[in-house]
Amino acid sequence: MSEEFKVEIVNPEKSFLSKENATEVVVPAFEGEMGILKDHISIISFLKPGIIKVYSKSEENKYFVEDGIVEFKDNSLSILTSSIYNISELDRNKIDQIIKEAEKEASGENIDDQKRYLVDQKIEVLKNLNLN
Amino acid sequence: MASLDDLKKRISSVKSTQKITKAMKMVAAAKLRRAQENAEKGRPYSEKMNNIILNLSSGISDKENAPKLLTGTGEEKTHLCVVMTSDRGLCGGFNTNIIKKAKNYFQKILKENKILKIITVGSKGYDQLKRHYKENIIEKISFKDSKNINYFDADKVGKIIIDRFEKKEFDVCAIFYNQFKNVITQIPQEQQIIPLKSNEEKETSSNNSYEFEPEEDEILSNLLPKNISTQIFKAMLENSASEQGSRMSAMDNATRNAGEMVDKLTIQYNRSRQAAITKELIEIISGAESL
Repeated sequence: MSEEFKVEIVNPEKSFLSKENATEVVVPAFEGEMGILKDHISIISFLKPGIIKVYSKSEENKYFVEDGIVEFKDNSLSILTSSIYNISELDRNKIDQIIKEAEKEASGENIDDQKRYLVDQKIEVLKNLNLN
Repeated sequence: MASLDDLKKRISSVKSTQKITKAMKMVAAAKLRRAQENAEKGRPYSEKMNNIILNLSSGISDKENAPKLLTGTGEEKTHLCVVMTSDRGLCGGFNTNIIKKAKNYFQKILKENKILKIITVGSKGYDQLKRHYKENIIEKISFKDSKNINYFDADKVGKIIIDRFEKKEFDVCAIFYNQFKNVITQIPQEQQIIPLKSNEEKETSSNNSYEFEPEEDEILSNLLPKNISTQIFKAMLENSASEQGSRMSAMDNATRNAGEMVDKLTIQYNRSRQAAITKELIEIISGAESL
């Protein structure tokens, strides 16, 4: 039996990725990383800034997201996000730029705890990314 | 009757107008293709978002404590209308159609003695509405400066709406925009976004109950503001495609009309030229005969 399921990542501008043959997807859910395999129970969850990993038999793709919603239902996974980057297309300059913007936001005065947590998370993920 | 010189001037002026309308048509056609692509690409996101919310709201057990954005404030006293139009003119009936639709709605509300508040997005809508509804307009937004439609702008509008909702400034919110069907047809739409109204009552069977992480309420209260921005964004995309389509067909008509006018004027010009020549000939001949 095949262990593949469908993944679709969309952002407001376009359908970012659509794949029929994913075997595993790891998403940075709000309460911790979550791996999704075929026949997972239907679930809706939030994303926090982090890395989405999409595995298929032949390849492995990584994407950086800032926020989003995941829905898994009938073996099709939809990820809605407003900002997503393919990590293989990101270079150091771009990463530094995003970090800088995030740091600026984090040092702002009117920022609530939840937002600060998210921004910190984002910076941390990006900094770790730098090391790879 | 106009003299030959006048006719000549007239013809050349119509011709240059035709050149302008032709160029505008080409530009609109090129932009239309891009806008249409964007609108089509943007559809899956808003559809998916809608689906998730539908599934969520049908699964929510505790209707009493559901977020206000979903169920409304329980009243229907104050209506907020977001009228989305273009920033530029010369696009046929595009803006007028939206305004007409909106005005119908306004009248219905005012007849029922409810309070009407208006936010206009796009400067043309403000120009047309300010005459009759000046005191109802609470805010006008225009994105003249941003070249492309982006989600960031839509999010700004969404935040303004939510802000005002949280301050209890209105109970019901509807947006007005043109839905792009094809180049000739754009359908003015009225869509209620607060409280959320699902157009089709979808029966969700109990077996696709979801697991939620975090809790349902938390997801909903996070998702609903996003959904509003998304709906606004969708409306903006549809609107821009409609605007270009409408402009294209309007300019196409204008070009054709100018062509007809040039033809008519040219015939008139040639006739009067011929008449002048004939007249001169008759004068010469009758002058020769009288000798």
